[in-house]
Amino acid sequence: MLIAALRKELLLQWRTRGQFLAVFVFGAAALLLFSFAIGPNAVALRTFSAGFLWLGLLLSSTLTLAESFHAEMENRAMEGLLLLPSDPRALYYAKAIANWLQLAILGVALVPVMVVLYDAGTTALPKLLLVILLGTAGLSAPGTLYAAMTAQLKAKQTLLPLLLFPLIVPALLASVKATSYVILGDPMDQAGSWLSLLAAFDLIYWSLCGILYERVIED
Amino acid sequence: MGASLRMAPNDNVPICMNGVTIEVQGLARRYGARWALADVTFRIPPASVLMVAGHNGAGKSTLFRVLATAIHPDRGSVKVGGFDLVRQRQDVRKMTALLSHQSYLYESLTARENLEVVADHLGISRAGAAEVLEQVGLASRASDAVATFSAGMRKRLSFARVLLQAPRVVLLDEPYGSLDPAGFDLVDRVIGELKRGGATILVATHQLERSAKLADRAMVLEQGRVSWEGAPASLGAPASLGAPASVLPC
Repeated sequence: MLIAALRKELLLQWRTRGQFLAVFVFGAAALLLFSFAIGPNAVALRTFSAGFLWLGLLLSSTLTLAESFHAEMENRAMEGLLLLPSDPRALYYAKAIANWLQLAILGVALVPVMVVLYDAGTTALPKLLLVILLGTAGLSAPGTLYAAMTAQLKAKQTLLPLLLFPLIVPALLASVKATSYVILGDPMDQAGSWLSLLAAFDLIYWSLCGILYERVIED
Repeated sequence: MGASLRMAPNDNVPICMNGVTIEVQGLARRYGARWALADVTFRIPPASVLMVAGHNGAGKSTLFRVLATAIHPDRGSVKVGGFDLVRQRQDVRKMTALLSHQSYLYESLTARENLEVVADHLGISRAGAAEVLEQVGLASRASDAVATFSAGMRKRLSFARVLLQAPRVVLLDEPYGSLDPAGFDLVDRVIGELKRGGATILVATHQLERSAKLADRAMVLEQGRVSWEGAPASLGAPASLGAPASVLPC
């Protein structure tokens, strides 16, 4: 069931791949605007680059997450799948995994933009990739649940960030700190503890949201 | 208290082991303060067709959505094939298919892909998708995105979706809506085939004469209550409806 649902999610994402480009441009534009706030201060730009990367990703994620339910609500397609019947948890995990994949690719795509704008290069690319994977997983799990909750509301574009942002503060904080250590150096090996916090956050929310999803989408 | 529809076994209906009985007792459902269904009671034996008529807003779609487990009832009990609609929702869903006003289709996917998604979720062969597309006359448009389809074609594809599920209980909410005359014939043919296959079928429609030929019994809903029940042939009689048949939108 999970494989079937995931296949459908990836097919839908492929069919609307133009949307990904738009979200990437939005994220890149956000990074550019943040750089204007700092001004021509190379040290400050590099220092705050991790924070700006994750803020760019966070803002872009609300577009991605909300859009992921657009096709489901258009003709009540999600309801159609539930009535087949489909396992709500499989539907949730398929969508959360697809959103995670899309956000992770977006995060990786924004890294070169960050390097160019903030001169924030690093050679520890595998570790940076790990941070992006864990961080975007932290955005995706609760983000998919809240996107489902707000998908049928008129004010979904406003409500989704209002509900989501306070919840993911620990994941965002851990992602920013871990990315900072990867970019700026980590002589005291502190990135590991932030990654552990991020992994714990992911574990809790991927478990919890899978259980809660059925209550959110069923009448 | 809603009227009770007791259907005697009909010799003309092939009773099939696959058919299931639907028993509805005191069913009620409200939206906010308004009761869309109020104390609806009826029973449908296996392998039979019940026509449900009524004005717009009478509660037909709500009744079908409750029976399909898309929404829960606020009061009353419903048993589908012996399974409780609320407590054994997944069991009811396994045997039920709903043709709704909503197409349940993904706009960006093709007709074939939409049916393959259904087949994948049901765990059945994808080959069935091609067969049902042929059945509803959409084989030549199988590779076109649903977004390019007319309302009638979407209805046909939704029909294909129902057929692919091979359900034992079929809920058809306005099956003739948006269809051309050839589509009307298709619906009649499919209902006939499903009935012969032993499915228990409910049809909500304004095409009274047409559906009366297919149905074993008829029921009229008015303001969420069963106001009349009886043989489909007598549905048009003014005395039965309590109002001229022409009042019912056709």
